Amino acid sequence: MKKRYLVPIVYIIFLMLPIYWLLNMSFKTTNEILGGFTAFPREFTLDSYRTILTDPTWYMAYVHSLIYVCINTVLSVSVALPAAYAFSRYRFLGDKHLFFWLLSNRMAPPAVFVLPFVQLYSSVGLFDTHLAVALAHTLFNIPLAVWILEGFMSGVPKELDETAYVDGYSFPAFFIKIFLPTISAGIGVAAFFCFMFSWVEMLLAKNLTSVAAKPIVAAMTKTASASGYELGLLAAAGVLTLIPGAIVIYFVRNYIAKGFALGRV
Amino acid sequence: MNKTVNNRAWWLVLPVFAMVAFNALIPLITVVNYSVQETFGNNEFFWSGTTWFKQLLHDDQFIDSLQRQIIFTATVLVIQIPLGLVIALCMPRSGPWVSVCLVLMSLPLLVPWNVVGSMWNIMALPDIGLLGKGLNALGIPFNYTRQPVSAWFTVILMDVWHWTSLVVLLCYAGLVSIPDAYYQAARVDGAGPWAVFRYIQLPKLKHVLTIAILLRFMDSFMIYTEVIVLTGGGPGSTTKFLSIDLVQKALGGFDLGPAAAMSIVYFLIILLLSWLFYTLMMRSEAK
Repeated sequence: MKKRYLVPIVYIIFLMLPIYWLLNMSFKTTNEILGGFTAFPREFTLDSYRTILTDPTWYMAYVHSLIYVCINTVLSVSVALPAAYAFSRYRFLGDKHLFFWLLSNRMAPPAVFVLPFVQLYSSVGLFDTHLAVALAHTLFNIPLAVWILEGFMSGVPKELDETAYVDGYSFPAFFIKIFLPTISAGIGVAAFFCFMFSWVEMLLAKNLTSVAAKPIVAAMTKTASASGYELGLLAAAGVLTLIPGAIVIYFVRNYIAKGFALGRV
Repeated sequence: MNKTVNNRAWWLVLPVFAMVAFNALIPLITVVNYSVQETFGNNEFFWSGTTWFKQLLHDDQFIDSLQRQIIFTATVLVIQIPLGLVIALCMPRSGPWVSVCLVLMSLPLLVPWNVVGSMWNIMALPDIGLLGKGLNALGIPFNYTRQPVSAWFTVILMDVWHWTSLVVLLCYAGLVSIPDAYYQAARVDGAGPWAVFRYIQLPKLKHVLTIAILLRFMDSFMIYTEVIVLTGGGPGSTTKFLSIDLVQKALGGFDLGPAAAMSIVYFLIILLLSWLFYTLMMRSEAK
C-alpha cells in the first residue's frame, strides 16, 4: 500500500467518529448516558428506536419529511428540464441575466426568506401543508436543477436534435422519446441533489409547519428542548435520518462529483 | 456550443420563471416594503425612509455578527480548500476503493443540518462526549458551553467535518478528468511531483476550485441550523453569526423594519461577492 493513502484513511476515520458516537449513544439507556463516559453501550437497548417507531408524532414526522422532499424533487426537476434545454440550446432575450437571477436565489440566505415566506404561505392558505415546504424549497432547488441539467445537456451534441427534426419528430416527441433518455444520468443527479438539499434543510421547513406537516427536523429540536435532555432518543432519531441519504448516495456514487461541479467537469 | 437565437425559448423557461418569481419576488418586495416603514402593530405602517439602514450602520450587534461571520467564513475556507485538495490528491485514482471512499466521504453531506448540530453536541459534551472527554483527559480545559475558544473550535471542526468532502469530491472529479497524456509528457520531461502539481494539476483544477470556493463561501456565509443547535449562538453571543442574528430579530423580536433592512444588506453582500466569483468562473469557462 502506498503511504499517501494514509491521508484519505485518516480523513475517513475522522468522518466516522461522530457517526460512531451517535450510534453508541442511541443504543444506551438514559441512565448509562448520564452516568458517565463509556465507549460502548454496557446495557445494549433498542428502547430509543422502539419509542420512535411506535409513537406517531415521531414516525409520522419522517413520513411528512419524505412527502415534501418527494414533491419538491419531482416539481423542481420537471420544470427545470425544459428551461435547462432552452439555456443549453438557444440564445434569447435576457438569457444571461435570467440565468444569473435564477442562481442568485441559490445564493439567498434562507434566513432572509423565513418571515416573508410565513406571511406569504399563510395568506394563500398553505401554511402547515407539505406543499408549502415543497414550494419554498424550490426557491433554491430549481436554480440548482437548472444549473446541473444545463451542464449535462451542453455535453450532448446538437446534431442529435437536428437529426431528430429531419426524421420528422416534433419537439415534444423528440424531447420525451430521445432527449430525456440520453441525459438520464443528469436527471438522476439533479433529482439526487434536490432530494438532498430539501432533506437537510431545517429553517424553512420548521417555520412553515406546526402540527399537520411537522417534519422530523422540527420534531427533533422540539423534543430536545421540551423533555429536558433525552440524548438517547435524540441520537436514535438522528441515526434514522441518515438512512435515506445513505441509500440514495449509493445509486449516484459515480456521478456525485460531477453533480457538485454542476455538470461541468 | 454555438447557440441559435430563438426568442420562443422563453416558453420553455416560463414555468421556472413563474415559480421562482412567486417564491423570490413577492418575499423580496415584502422585505423592501418593511425596510422603509415603521409599524406599531394593527397593520398600520408609516413611511420611515432610510432610518433603518442608518440605524443598522451604527448597530454594534450587527457589526459584531458581521465581523464574526467574516472571520468564520475566512477560517473555514482557509482550512477546507487546501485540506480538500490534499485529500483528493492522495486518493486512489482507480480500483474498487474509489467507490468506497466516495460513498463514505459523501455521507456527511446528506446528514440533515440540525442532526449535524446534535451529533457534534453529543460528541463535544465535556463529561460524556468523545471529543470533550478526550480533550479534558489530555489536560486541555474544554467546555463549549462556557468557553468561547472551545465553542469556536467545535463550530469550525464541525464545519470541516460537514463540508470538506465537497471540496474533495470536486477536486477529485477535476483530477480524474486530466488526460493521461499530460502525465506522460511530464515524465518524459523528468518533472518531479511538485512540478506536476504546480504546472499540470493546479491549472487544470482552477475551474473546480472556483466552484468549490463559490459554494463554500455562499453556504458558510449563511450558516444557521448547525450552529443554533450546537451552541445557540453562545456562550454569550460569541458564535452568533449573521443568520442567527437576523432570525432572532425577525422572528423573535418582530422588529420588522430593522430585520428587513438587515436582510437586504445581508443579501446584497452575498450577491455582490458571488457575482464576482461567477463572472470569473464564466470567463475561465469561455477560454
